[in-house]
Amino acid sequence: MHIYMHTRMHVYTFTHASMCKIIAFDELKTDYKNPIDQCNTLNPLVLPEYLIHAFFCVMFLCAAEWLTLGLNMPLLAYHIWRYMSRPVMSGPGLYDPTTIMNADILAYCQKEGWCKLAFYLLSFFYYLYGMIYVLVSS
Amino acid sequence: MQFFTGYPQNYSAPSGHYAQVPSKAIPSQVDNQYGAGYYSTGYSVPAQNVLTPSVGSNLLNAQGSQQSYNKVPPHPVESAEGLGQGAVSSTSYLHTNIPQSYSAFGSHYSTSVSSSVASQGFPLNTGHYAMPVVSSVAYPSLSYPSMATASPYGQVFTSQSLPAIGQFKETNPFSGQSTVVSHSLQQVPMGYNSTSWSTSDVQSAQDSLSRNHTGSLAKASNQTSTVGGVDSSHFVSQNVRFIKSGVGSSVSSAVTSSVRTPVDHSAEPGPVPSVSKPSESLLQEGMQYGGYVNNQASSAPAPLSSSSGDEEEDEEDEEAAIDSSSTTSSASPVPNNYDALEGGGFPEKRSITSSPAPAPSVPPTSKTSKPFGYGYPTLQPGYQNSAPPTSAMQPTNPGHHSGFQQYSQQYCGMNQLSSSLGGLNLHSQQPESLRPVNLTQDRNILPITPVPAPVPNLNSDLRKLNCSPDSFRCTLTNIPQTQALLNKAKLPLGLLLHPFRDLTQLPVITSSTIVRCRSCRTYINPFVSFIDQRRWKCNLCYRVNDVPEEFMYNPLTRSYGEPHKRPEVQNSTVEFIASSDYMLRPPQPAVYLFVLDVSHNAVEAGYLTVVCQSLLENLDKLPGDSRTRIGFITFDSTVQFYNLQEGLSQPQMLIVSDIDDVFLPTPDSLLVNLHESKEGVQHLGPATDFYKKLALDCSGQQTAVDLFLLSSQYADLSSLACMSKYSAGCIYYYPSFHRSYNPAQAEKLQKDLKRYLTRKIGFEAVMRIRCTKGLSIHTFHGNFFVRSTDLLSLANVNPDAGFAVQMSIEESLTDTSLVCFQTALLYTSSKGERRIRVHTLCLPVVSSLADVYAGADVQAVVCLLANMAVDRSVSSSLSDARDALVNAVVDSLSAYMSTVSNLQQSTLIAPNSLKLFPLYVLALLKQKAFRTGTSTRLDDRVYAMCQMKSQPLIHLMKMIHPNLYRIDRLTDEGAIHVNDRVVPQPPLQKLSAEKLTREGVFLMDCGSIFYIWIGKSCDNNFIKDVLGYPNYAAIPQKLTQLPELDTLSSERTRSFISWLKDSRPLNPVLQVIKDESPAKTDFFQHLIEDRTEAAFSYYEYLLQIQQQTCK
Repeated sequence: MHIYMHTRMHVYTFTHASMCKIIAFDELKTDYKNPIDQCNTLNPLVLPEYLIHAFFCVMFLCAAEWLTLGLNMPLLAYHIWRYMSRPVMSGPGLYDPTTIMNADILAYCQKEGWCKLAFYLLSFFYYLYGMIYVLVSS
Repeated sequence: MQFFTGYPQNYSAPSGHYAQVPSKAIPSQVDNQYGAGYYSTGYSVPAQNVLTPSVGSNLLNAQGSQQSYNKVPPHPVESAEGLGQGAVSSTSYLHTNIPQSYSAFGSHYSTSVSSSVASQGFPLNTGHYAMPVVSSVAYPSLSYPSMATASPYGQVFTSQSLPAIGQFKETNPFSGQSTVVSHSLQQVPMGYNSTSWSTSDVQSAQDSLSRNHTGSLAKASNQTSTVGGVDSSHFVSQNVRFIKSGVGSSVSSAVTSSVRTPVDHSAEPGPVPSVSKPSESLLQEGMQYGGYVNNQASSAPAPLSSSSGDEEEDEEDEEAAIDSSSTTSSASPVPNNYDALEGGGFPEKRSITSSPAPAPSVPPTSKTSKPFGYGYPTLQPGYQNSAPPTSAMQPTNPGHHSGFQQYSQQYCGMNQLSSSLGGLNLHSQQPESLRPVNLTQDRNILPITPVPAPVPNLNSDLRKLNCSPDSFRCTLTNIPQTQALLNKAKLPLGLLLHPFRDLTQLPVITSSTIVRCRSCRTYINPFVSFIDQRRWKCNLCYRVNDVPEEFMYNPLTRSYGEPHKRPEVQNSTVEFIASSDYMLRPPQPAVYLFVLDVSHNAVEAGYLTVVCQSLLENLDKLPGDSRTRIGFITFDSTVQFYNLQEGLSQPQMLIVSDIDDVFLPTPDSLLVNLHESKEGVQHLGPATDFYKKLALDCSGQQTAVDLFLLSSQYADLSSLACMSKYSAGCIYYYPSFHRSYNPAQAEKLQKDLKRYLTRKIGFEAVMRIRCTKGLSIHTFHGNFFVRSTDLLSLANVNPDAGFAVQMSIEESLTDTSLVCFQTALLYTSSKGERRIRVHTLCLPVVSSLADVYAGADVQAVVCLLANMAVDRSVSSSLSDARDALVNAVVDSLSAYMSTVSNLQQSTLIAPNSLKLFPLYVLALLKQKAFRTGTSTRLDDRVYAMCQMKSQPLIHLMKMIHPNLYRIDRLTDEGAIHVNDRVVPQPPLQKLSAEKLTREGVFLMDCGSIFYIWIGKSCDNNFIKDVLGYPNYAAIPQKLTQLPELDTLSSERTRSFISWLKDSRPLNPVLQVIKDESPAKTDFFQHLIEDRTEAAFSYYEYLLQIQQQTCK
């Protein structure tokens, strides 16, 4: 099934993205970067990630990959919740430069980054397995 | 127009001096009288506080807020025109550093104007604007008097004497026992040398007040005719056009589209004095001056990121330069080289002539009371223990009242005894601050003098060196060793800062080498340790540093080899003149740009007259040097720029009608935004991030937006406030401002403007807070933009800005006994100097929970909690915030009670240090920002929240818990002498209607407003002597002035009020309230110990807490 291959690639990029995010927040914490710049670079990435993820959820739905879909639903729900509860801002994105330096929010963002990294890594291997499985069985 | 208010110069402005005498004194212990009237608290307050349901803008219900929205745009989708009409007269003041170099201010506009945009007809009235170029003003010509010797405040207070107590007793009808007197009222002058207290200005605020007032009124009436009919109603207080202007102004440099008026006028460069005439004509044209931009032009238009990023680097990067530079440092002798540099001389104006000898310092425990019988409050018969809550819930029940009276008299005596005994017994073992106080029994916990800041438990040397609590205060003066201990104490750990406070004595150090730690960049301070002559150990990171060669020479004593005697090491608050290493670019001149709303409604409100007059009066006093520039922008549906170039005899008006091209999103889209985001039920947070972005842009350009909002209708302050919040500006709000209908507000605006224009100001500021390794900063509160974990970026910093910081303990502090906090504020003074003001605070570390409680600073705790609650109510909801506040009390008290095992668990016990905690939190719950049940306009609430975030502690405390004085029997006993004037010091009264008597006259000091409540059967002599009316009936309903009468009591009253006024930067409004006037609800809602329909009385609230703690 091609869907696994595609998702695998995208998940690979996701992994990269969340790694970048973690690094970015760490930079903020250690004072290397201006929060305004950092948010300006991070914010445009948020929505595409969410949309691609949602798109693959739909694909899984179409392909009737129920287990995979079930694994991804929590993340999809989280994404929707996260975007609904974002701070008031006109542009797309999640991160508000005026609040991002709050220790709680920064810690939360960092933790979120780590968790997503772990999730994407695991799902990467899962999709790899799924792809090989499909290849072998077909 | 700002002048340095900080140092009460020869400017005659009664500006920021915090003549807060009393907190130097140790709290007197009058708190142990159990007056009988506990149950009488109810009084008739509920009746007075009747809700007016018709007002209905209840915050909690969505409908209410919806309503208020709906008011906003009667014609919402109309284009700019329509909006312009519905104007709030809002003025914004921008202090900018727009990075563009214009050689002269006039050229600013002419260059920006070059390209083509729809040019509007140039009204002929341009001819009138003869605004002279401001750069011709020679500021240096001001002479500053030499510095005064610091007057230790301890002296000020000393003449408090026992008779004053007698008086106090009289006012308290129930504490009939003569033993009360023995309770020591003596102020023990504490060791603080009053470096921190600002001198208060000599000028009798009263005088100037009345004069100005009448003056302005006269003017106002003149103007009215020219302006046209005065309409009482201002519709549509949408502030969109204001925003327009704000943006337009800050960006005006980038705007290439505008029109240059070809109108030529004969050249007539006017010196400042001549300003007055031309701009009077401005007034008559009905122009409005709205804000002003304080523009610091830089040579390169730095993009946002670079300018903001580098600022910090220059603070960080100078290390190498410092090490290499080896010019001799010359630290100035502490007091002297001050004025020449900053323009803030220390005038000798305030001479404190009070009796020099402090009153014999009697130990705080009242040993004189006869020791008989009962040892401890808890041993008493069941007065409050057995009293069932149900009966307590009926405070107005007369039967109970009288029934308890006799008991309480008895208890009164007993408790005094017991407390004194307790003091005697326990004082040797445990500090006074730990003395358990039974809250439900102790009626008079409020001391009769303002609550002082607790003194950290350090050895006397360090204590002497420590930073003044006015600039720098910690919620816990004993820092717990671990986070676990802090969690157990359930008290917030944080700092309250007032870094740019007006100081009377500030050592300024001119040194080429600013000695700092090589690894953590801490400035050398009194708490470092010198290992030997050549090395010092940093007290924050413990790194051992070398002492540079020039630091060995002490310019003060002209001796060599005594680095520990240098002023940096002798003072915890110092100011360095920074070298060029601390500059990213040369210091920029001060630029003020006023943006004024000239739309119809705004003009009608008549604020223009007030603003223009204040501007004219204070033009000379604007802080700045010869390079200072000034400019004006007005707006209604168009934006009008003014060309004030030197060659022009009269300013040219350039009109840009195409607002859309002036960079801004159209107002329509803004309105749409507002509507869309209206769904938020509470809407305490901003509805749009437009202002936030604007603020961040401004902050990047080192521009602060100060907002003066004068509106009678809903203006969505929560969105507008963002503009000032993130650009480190300030917000002033005058609800229902109208020059003739609301003269008190007009007067307040005038006074505020004067202070605003003339106070000291710092540009391009960054503030960094460092603390000992192991502690870390968690959250900041205040107006600024947080640029990194410990760095705040402040486009402007003003002396009235306060900040709060929440801290957490990341690593255990077991290996250290002291922790230090250091704030370094790097700023450009208005004279174009780069300066660093450094405050260092040192506190002991403790390992036991009891010690943590002993060191709790209840005022700081409450202020920090207020800040946290504001955040909570914006992020979550108001009721959450209220719950959190109550829980803070419950948690900390129950945690305390669990540590004190020998007490009955059923009583509500607080340590003496925290005895006011429940009271203050109750006051907070009844404050405008957090109250429920009483209808509160959303803008009012949001404004109160903004105030909480940005006010320094001393002002915030008055907002939360007003001071009540009885003023009809002022005596000279215990009076202090300020500037040859006798200022009586009446005792503080509880905020309860029980304290009000019909015979009395009471003054309530709420920070921004003074209420004078006159009882019905008030002595006619007082009315005649002080108010100037024959009898009570003749007093008018609206009285905002006290006449100057030549009687003793009038003089006393006025001197007391002006003394109170001198202690704060913003001029409070005086309001005289008769007992039957409708305005008395305003007064009674501040009596927070009483019950209202919506909220508990203090006693009920205590019972509620007690229930929760016992759970």
